Amino acid sequence: MRPCAIEAMTPYLEQQFANPSGAHRMARKSRAAIDDAREIVAEALGFDPHGIVFTSGGTEADNLAVTGVTAATGTTALCPATEHHAVLHPVEAVGGRYAQVDAGGEVDLDHLAAQLAPDAGPPVGLVSVMLVNNESGVIADLEAVADVIGRHAPEALLHTDAVQGVNWVDIAAAAQPADLLSLSGHKFGGPKGVGVLAIRPGVTLSAQQLGGGQEADRRSGTHNTAGIAALGAALGELHETRSEDICRIGELADRLTDGLLAAIDGCAETVERSRRAAGICQLLIDGIETEALLVLLDRFDVMASAAASCASGAMEPSHVLAAMGVERHAAAGSLRLSLGWCTEPWEIERAVDAIPQCVEQLR
Amino acid sequence: MTPDRHGAAARGAAWHSAAAASPKRYGAGARSRVLVAMSGGVDSSVAAALCLRERHHVVGVTLKLWGGPQDQGCCAVSDVDDARRVCQQLGIDHFVFNYAAEFERDVVEPYVDAHRHGLTPNPCIACNRHVKFDVLLDRARRLGFDRLVTGHHVRISTQGGGRRLQRGADSAKDQSYVLYMLSETDLGDLWFPVGDYRKDELRMLAAELGLRTAHKPESQDVCFITEAAGRERFLAERIGLHPAELVDAAGQRVGTAPAVELVTVGQRKGLDLGGAPQRRYAVDVDIAARRVTVGGASELAAPGVRLVDHRWAGVPVEGDVLAQTSAHGPAMPAHLDAEGQLRWVEPQRRVAAGQAVVFYTGDEVLGGATAAGHLT
Repeated sequence: MRPCAIEAMTPYLEQQFANPSGAHRMARKSRAAIDDAREIVAEALGFDPHGIVFTSGGTEADNLAVTGVTAATGTTALCPATEHHAVLHPVEAVGGRYAQVDAGGEVDLDHLAAQLAPDAGPPVGLVSVMLVNNESGVIADLEAVADVIGRHAPEALLHTDAVQGVNWVDIAAAAQPADLLSLSGHKFGGPKGVGVLAIRPGVTLSAQQLGGGQEADRRSGTHNTAGIAALGAALGELHETRSEDICRIGELADRLTDGLLAAIDGCAETVERSRRAAGICQLLIDGIETEALLVLLDRFDVMASAAASCASGAMEPSHVLAAMGVERHAAAGSLRLSLGWCTEPWEIERAVDAIPQCVEQLR
Repeated sequence: MTPDRHGAAARGAAWHSAAAASPKRYGAGARSRVLVAMSGGVDSSVAAALCLRERHHVVGVTLKLWGGPQDQGCCAVSDVDDARRVCQQLGIDHFVFNYAAEFERDVVEPYVDAHRHGLTPNPCIACNRHVKFDVLLDRARRLGFDRLVTGHHVRISTQGGGRRLQRGADSAKDQSYVLYMLSETDLGDLWFPVGDYRKDELRMLAAELGLRTAHKPESQDVCFITEAAGRERFLAERIGLHPAELVDAAGQRVGTAPAVELVTVGQRKGLDLGGAPQRRYAVDVDIAARRVTVGGASELAAPGVRLVDHRWAGVPVEGDVLAQTSAHGPAMPAHLDAEGQLRWVEPQRRVAAGQAVVFYTGDEVLGGATAAGHLT
């Protein structure tokens, strides 16, 4: 976590432990921390503070967007097949539809338009397109997506899962076309277990978690004051340093990618570098299974990822690569290396040294 | 951006004194590196503990094999939880490998296909043959492990020069029948540390170590068939089931069975014979004609078994052997001819086609094969 986030949350774990919904002095202090965080988040995202709903994380925010909007409007949802499961599964649960992506992982706008057409099925009230794909790193053109929605289903809202994207693009500008946006605290140096759904004025959604009516009746449950304060501090710092971080980390990611491409035969990037975010490096390595590679990398303290994990902890075949048309046996050799605000050059050197050794051993 | 702003450089320096990439060394004095396949049951839990006790460097792995519904079996999430927890308690690393695609291709599909053709498959043998002791063993070798360890109740004998699979010390738990396919080369890369113990001793060891699996009930059934839905619904969804006509040896119709695909030679239950007084068994299944021939115990007996797909521990064996036709059935005296066909010393119940027949001398496995019918 970012030190500023730890510092921001500590008082609410140690002394200021009151429930912010209370009326007494200590409760008011907790409440003020949440209101401060709400303003920081609204400013960073370019949303109105009244539209900031704190949740337990990105998954809850995505679920609330998809299920909340479709329930309130009696519609269904549509998303590309490459979305995170936190969007895919709720879309499936509301009887929604998927849009195809091209080989580069970008939404097929013609197919999106066809899926929005009245004859494609029940009316779509929400389209969800993630800003930066968590596996491939592809950056979505929300402007173009919003344009298609405007022409084919003007009543439909646009939601973006910006859980990854918040780190790698000018979020307020990029998310401008979106009506709803999800964040998760731990993806930018905040704590786990706290997230945000940002909602534009005029958007109605049905609360999915009922109770005490917190968050303007949109998400009940006692506030996670410490987590919210920390999320606000982390996002505030990110907002200040993002452009500097993107340059620094982009250079490190290039060094990592170029180093591995040079050292490993039969290794390729899954998407064009110019189309992906600075901090996500995904490679396809011939003749190995990443599941085995990760066991070897563990010994070098290189902590990487294949695709998604299921409940058992097993690696699941990547639905993102499958949607992009990558064959299953090739996808088994996909390696995802994520860089973040605290990544240092020596870590890149270590990875560039270790990964080819491990690949060699497995081949 | 200055690296020290977030203390990251300092943290990096604390974790790693040098940037050069070299793998972590294993515990000083470790005798070898072993990968323990952990199902989340007591046997493999103790296997890992025994390896540690003998000062090996131990890593645990649990296989995700089946993605469909299940109620217990070897690949349920709660079993993975148990295996992981045992590894945490023992202080060893734990990984999960996803072999669901291989399991579907090499175990489930052949199981379904066998039923479609009127055979009685043994999916546990297929899983051992194609998953645990093929792709997993291959991966263990590639990952640089000296041996793959499992919690099977078998031993490896090295008497007489070669390596041979031997029954486990606890005869009631012996699993040599389902491992007959292991070659001498495979055995060189395997270790079955629980094979020397009785089950009650293993449970006691697990309890002494405080392992959560110490008193866990054993899984008995096929892991991809749920108790709720059963084999019938599983197969009905995949191949469709068809009623069978039951006839006697003379071809006279004597009753019906709900699904010819579910009838196994030797079966007595589930055959509607309209209250026939004496015990009657399925003695022959004609899947194409959807006809099952039933008969008494004497008609079920056969002088021998026609065998295919032999696997030998060493060179092919000819002569007197003990032959076992089910996981925990008795091993009966028999004779193998030069073609590998088996004749019983005394006639025995027919063996359903698709089942394994395993040959022993004493407690040692000589080889095995798949039943394809009976000799006359």
